[in-house]
Amino acid sequence: MAELTATLGGDAADRARFYVREHHSEAPTLLGFWLYLMSDCLLFACLFACYGVLGRNYAGGPTGAELFDLPTVAVNTALLLLSSITYGFAVLEIQRNRRGSTLAWLAITGLLGAGFVGIELNEFAHLIAEGNGPRRSAFLSSFFTLVSTHGLHVSFGIVWLVTLMIQVGRRGLIAANKRRLMCLSMFWHFLDLVWIGVFTFVYLMGVLP
Amino acid sequence: MSGPDATAAHADDHGADPHAPDGVGFHATLKDYLTGFVLSVVLTALAFWLVMAKVLPGAGITTLVILTLAVVQIVVHVIYFLHMNARSEGGWSMLALIFTLVLVVIALAGSLWVMYHLNHNMMPASPQQMRNMP
Amino acid sequence: MSAPADLQKLLLGRLTWDAIPLHEPILVNTLIVVALGAAVLVAAVTRYRGWGPLWRDWITSIDHKKIGVMYIVLGIVMLLRGFSDAVMMRLQQAISFGGDLGYLPPHHYDQIFTAHGVIMIFFVAMPLVIGLINIAVPLQIGARDVAFPFLNNFSFWMTACGAALVMVSLFVGDFARTGWLAYPPLSELAYSPDTGVDYYIWSLQVAGVGTLLSGVNFITTIVKMRAPGMTMMRMPIFTWTALCTNVLIVVAFPVLTASLALLALDRYAGTHFFTNDAGGNPMMYVNLIWIWGHPEVYILVLPVFGVFSEVVSTFCGKRLFGYASMVYATVVITILSYLVWLHHFFTMGSGSAVNSFFGISTMVISIPTGAKVFNWLFTMYRGRIRFEVPMLWSVGFMVTFVIGGMTGVLLAVPPADFVLHNSLFLIAHFHNVIIGGVVFGVMAGITYWFPKATGYRLDPFWGKCSFWFWLVGFYFAFMPLYALGLMGVTRRVSHFDDPSLQIWFQVAAFGAFLIFLGIVSFLIQLVVSYLRRDSLRDVTGDPWNGRTLEWSTASPPPPYNFAFTPRVHAQDAWHDMKAHGYVRPTGDFVPIHMPKNTAAGFVLAVLSTVCAFALIWHMWPLAAASFAALILAAILHTFNYDRDYHLPAEEVARIEGDRTRLLAGHG
Repeated sequence: MAELTATLGGDAADRARFYVREHHSEAPTLLGFWLYLMSDCLLFACLFACYGVLGRNYAGGPTGAELFDLPTVAVNTALLLLSSITYGFAVLEIQRNRRGSTLAWLAITGLLGAGFVGIELNEFAHLIAEGNGPRRSAFLSSFFTLVSTHGLHVSFGIVWLVTLMIQVGRRGLIAANKRRLMCLSMFWHFLDLVWIGVFTFVYLMGVLP
Repeated sequence: MSGPDATAAHADDHGADPHAPDGVGFHATLKDYLTGFVLSVVLTALAFWLVMAKVLPGAGITTLVILTLAVVQIVVHVIYFLHMNARSEGGWSMLALIFTLVLVVIALAGSLWVMYHLNHNMMPASPQQMRNMP
Repeated sequence: MSAPADLQKLLLGRLTWDAIPLHEPILVNTLIVVALGAAVLVAAVTRYRGWGPLWRDWITSIDHKKIGVMYIVLGIVMLLRGFSDAVMMRLQQAISFGGDLGYLPPHHYDQIFTAHGVIMIFFVAMPLVIGLINIAVPLQIGARDVAFPFLNNFSFWMTACGAALVMVSLFVGDFARTGWLAYPPLSELAYSPDTGVDYYIWSLQVAGVGTLLSGVNFITTIVKMRAPGMTMMRMPIFTWTALCTNVLIVVAFPVLTASLALLALDRYAGTHFFTNDAGGNPMMYVNLIWIWGHPEVYILVLPVFGVFSEVVSTFCGKRLFGYASMVYATVVITILSYLVWLHHFFTMGSGSAVNSFFGISTMVISIPTGAKVFNWLFTMYRGRIRFEVPMLWSVGFMVTFVIGGMTGVLLAVPPADFVLHNSLFLIAHFHNVIIGGVVFGVMAGITYWFPKATGYRLDPFWGKCSFWFWLVGFYFAFMPLYALGLMGVTRRVSHFDDPSLQIWFQVAAFGAFLIFLGIVSFLIQLVVSYLRRDSLRDVTGDPWNGRTLEWSTASPPPPYNFAFTPRVHAQDAWHDMKAHGYVRPTGDFVPIHMPKNTAAGFVLAVLSTVCAFALIWHMWPLAAASFAALILAAILHTFNYDRDYHLPAEEVARIEGDRTRLLAGHG
């Protein structure tokens, strides 16, 4: 006990000059997650670069124009865009601290995401069954890799979303859970952003001669 | 995996922006989301229509237009969905994004430029032959 | 095929007893030595009841100071392995002329130079540099720990596990024979069907995840956790270089991840990214890997530039000359490092326009580095120079690195590079800058911050021995290689027919021997310093009369680093505090919020390693199961919300009281 009441070094002004009695730095999670997303940007950039360089190497096999079904891609794009806005609605409910409606909007987002992944898997299954899998040519290798990397990210996002729904269900919208939901929000919108690149650069341009 | 943060518990309660609770640098509004959504739908539909209905006279001009639409839509997403502004995280989010985008452009453009020249100089076949090499 | 054989193939993949190289005497002997050494180590730890403390205080620690020490230990251990590879190569090249084929057949020699490069870059240089950043940066910015302490622990274990996988490849299967960057088509399945390239891919992917997360961690730490009043332009220069290094890590390592993943897809899934057929393009790999590779060398060198800035200003008793220009130079180097990558493959036919652009950008990037050298020299000018061991390393660096940099500018001229590419001139150049720069810088940094981390200084006599052996040894080992390269000798060759070249290789082998003595001196230094630690004790926490905040803490610092977060008013914050009559607070302490230790990082890293091993050996059920376990463990970890605690004020008072008594006892 004696130490606590011991003479302090210097007077109060000195102390204030040299140190802070209680210091709280801001929560670093969101910036950290944003930086991780920046690294993910570069990962996708490499895959886009590969598609850009190798995407016309058909090896005598089928081209994008022959394989891509744009109406299906349009449906998929719509699902993902809708899921972005439903996550946005979830964020609005988080801001109002309403657990039930947050979980509802999250569930809808997850279902839309699952629909997206399902349609994509279906597309892949058809291509592979016809013999146009990733081994056929460099074009198909880079197509499958870029699109399925995006799809894998969405799948991980869905797993994360379900995990968060359980955690919010159990502990409510505590600060830690809100931070995690905001990270997932950034992740989800980022994936929609990458998809803009995919449907433009891969599908729409792939169909053009 | 979400990152844990040791200093979090106190940080939110002190000095947080009243309009942006929980250490989040923004306040989302319905207006933002709806604006972003409508713009995105328009830009997406436009791009698909241009390609599927073969509206413009050539592949080159179509490519240019849809790439521009994509860039615009990306900006829409960044502003309205990701709530990016020059103030979030003291400007570091914006700086990180700009820096990353510059490097993405360098990596993409650089790779395309370098590989085009390598292929052109080192492969004797014509582009048509090259595409169909087994 | 019989059912038991099928089951064995399913569970064990291509792993059989043949994978253990019982027919290679060098490897068998190494295995015996390693096994004996490991047995001794295990016995010693058991004898001194060390397993509990090892687990509680080190393996599960999220304290940046402990993690930094572990990184440095890893780097030093792997240096011994990487250097053994170097010695083996020097020996082979010194004797293998004409009819004498030496003692290393080519398929073994090829693995050695590949392993040497991979280990030195990824498992020696990176851990050492990241270790220094871990120890120093949070202390320099007045923070209690990094932004994400658990991720820090996880990052370390991923790096260590990557190193472990490479070491396992020595005794189970082969390593890659492709050179340290594993270019296709040689690294494709058709030309490297065995486990070698797979060990390479997966060990680097595992370690790469750790490094990338470290990058995110430290940028966030430096941006968000600086002490009040420490604006960006008041940060220590080492923190600036650490920031730029970690920025490069975040933007470069994904490219490595992608490139290796695409190569793995070619090998595992039959895709055609880099194959010779079906439209693949091997040069795309070369292009991508160097987009990573050039920033990587700046990741290695920028931190040591920071170390030299701190060391030179401290041991000259002057503030660093041209702080602002140092910062700008570092930032410019960071950006430019992303614009030079093609200079690694000028000779591959991209043509004059492309080559000219990259040649000029490469020459431009030497300018900010030159500016830094001038700033160090001007800091020394009219300073009161104390030639302690860190200062010796710094001066050695300034001479050696400048030579290496000049040969780099020479190589930046494409027509010159057409003659010198992949010759021993290139090998001499990059060893010149890596040894003269990174190794000398890490040695300076270790000597400089050792007392802070451990509480006692390193013995100066053995430090000077180590320095002189390294310095002289380097010149003997690599100057002949410049001459050989100019004469046209190619790299990665294990046998020569021209006997007139032999003398050069023999001189180089002598140089390697001197470096060996330098490493031995360093190891002796570690032991002697430990034995003499009481006489080398750092009582005040500020053994060098330092200028930055880490020197305001005890040596070693308490777990919370600072009882009260400092308030900063100027550059060289500690120097400023001392100049304004700072008196250490001795009472009125408050409880401090601290993160808890955790086993999660270690567990996740081990699961990743099991998955990697299974993928290497095609043990598909094990790969799937360990991957699933990994995901599950990660998810379970997120259900743990109980990750921190408060250190009571009484405990802080007790620790600070101990330091007060220590300082009082030594006047």
